[in-house]
Amino acid sequence: MVVTRSVSMKDGDVLLLVGTMKGAFLLRATGARSRWDVGGPYFPGHSVYAMAYDGRAGRRRLWASTTSAHWGAVLRSSDDFGKSWTNPERATIKFPPETGASLKQIWQIQPGRADDPERLYCGVDPAALFESHDGGETWTLNRGLYDHPHRPRWQPGGGGLCLHTILPHPRDTSRMTVAVSTAGAYRSDDGGRSWRTAHRGVRAQFLPDKYPEFGQCVHKIVQHPSRPDRLFLQNHFGLYRSDNAGDSWYDIARGVPSDFGFAMAIHPHNPDTVYILPLESDQFRCTPEGKLRVYRTRNGGASWQPLTRGLPQKNALETVLRDAMAVDTLTPAGVYFGTRSGRVYGSRDDGNSWSLILEGLPPVVCVKAAVIGEPQRASTARPRRPPRGGNRKVTAPRRRAARSTRRRAARSDRKT
Amino acid sequence: MAVTIYIPASLQPFTGGRARVELAASATTVGEALAALWAAYPGVRDRVMNERGEVREHVNVFAGSESIRFTGGLATPVSDGGEISIIPAVSGGSEFPSATL
Repeated sequence: MVVTRSVSMKDGDVLLLVGTMKGAFLLRATGARSRWDVGGPYFPGHSVYAMAYDGRAGRRRLWASTTSAHWGAVLRSSDDFGKSWTNPERATIKFPPETGASLKQIWQIQPGRADDPERLYCGVDPAALFESHDGGETWTLNRGLYDHPHRPRWQPGGGGLCLHTILPHPRDTSRMTVAVSTAGAYRSDDGGRSWRTAHRGVRAQFLPDKYPEFGQCVHKIVQHPSRPDRLFLQNHFGLYRSDNAGDSWYDIARGVPSDFGFAMAIHPHNPDTVYILPLESDQFRCTPEGKLRVYRTRNGGASWQPLTRGLPQKNALETVLRDAMAVDTLTPAGVYFGTRSGRVYGSRDDGNSWSLILEGLPPVVCVKAAVIGEPQRASTARPRRPPRGGNRKVTAPRRRAARSTRRRAARSDRKT
Repeated sequence: MAVTIYIPASLQPFTGGRARVELAASATTVGEALAALWAAYPGVRDRVMNERGEVREHVNVFAGSESIRFTGGLATPVSDGGEISIIPAVSGGSEFPSATL
């Protein structure tokens, strides 16, 4: 019998949502992020490819997509940090009958803009975008994308034909970018009614035409709320930057051991700082040379540096998947990733040093991070100014909460 | 005409904990019997069937001891006193293919 542990959250705490091939876990720490409590497993036996925290409009809501190989995919939520989860009788995300499609998996759950707190998005396999305008109660298929003339010729990648990345523009409410493997990046400038490709300059190494109209295998795109028209993209071979919302891209893979990989995250307060975790190649999807290295750029991709302190540098043939890297919003930033070998690593100093937070999990496919009680990245969010004087200082979203949580950490945190 | 449907443990939260459901409806096929089950316990439907109205790939439905995949699918006839079993396939317990990313 599986015993599920719970975590108790307080404002100012940091929450990691970890989805695995066999269930989900919640990791909780104070703003110090030195010790982590572990809740779970939730949904044992179900794969959890997508999780999200929605702190808009006073909510404290967790979302999880659970997929049973027997019983299909369902979207669930919890308003008590995992003590209870919805299990809707009728699946809320369904393809309309006339499409002839059936849902295989939910790959992404994306809360909408902060000033539109009832809106959420889901990306699914077969590749499609679903939208909710009522806080996730009901969902509708975005027909503009689903009926795109390219769609019949989109091809599934190794993970299926999945829409895995959703980037609502934080200021321009009519603009949104999504990514599909393998189709590429598509952008709407009219609120989702129509979509056009947004991957010019992204190479498709695996096709005879290296720069096709579509068919790029985009693995992940990240966007910073303070500079949303500059995007970074990890491709199936290729590392790119766009300065015009995806109209064109140029290669920034200088100084990395491989331009193949999946995971990518952007610093919460510095739009020039991006993290990736290169893998050897599509034929050997493991960390090069058996070294587990995060690479970081602090100058918008002009150069990359390996981050290795605290990460194994021998016999570490690890795989980190596209949604398994995340950042929190504290200063210095917490950076986290999970591996297919079931380990979760974290840094509480912008990536300068790392520690193993948890191991022994099923293969990790999703890591998301949130600071409880803090407004989520808002449509008008500006980068929070880093503190002066070194990167050891930890600033929680509310000073009083931070002091309180640090005191509690000193007293009672239990290392896992 | 009564038909008995056996419910697997993982779906019993949607049948009020019932492991077997007796339907008094006049079902003559497996599809009609299952439709009556969905009407009484709608939560079972989306777990057993996909949006296309097909039994999910890793779910087996038996009429008596025969899988309906080999006896006409949902059109498989059921007789008075017949039994239908919904059973998760052994194939569904594995992870997705290793290439799943």
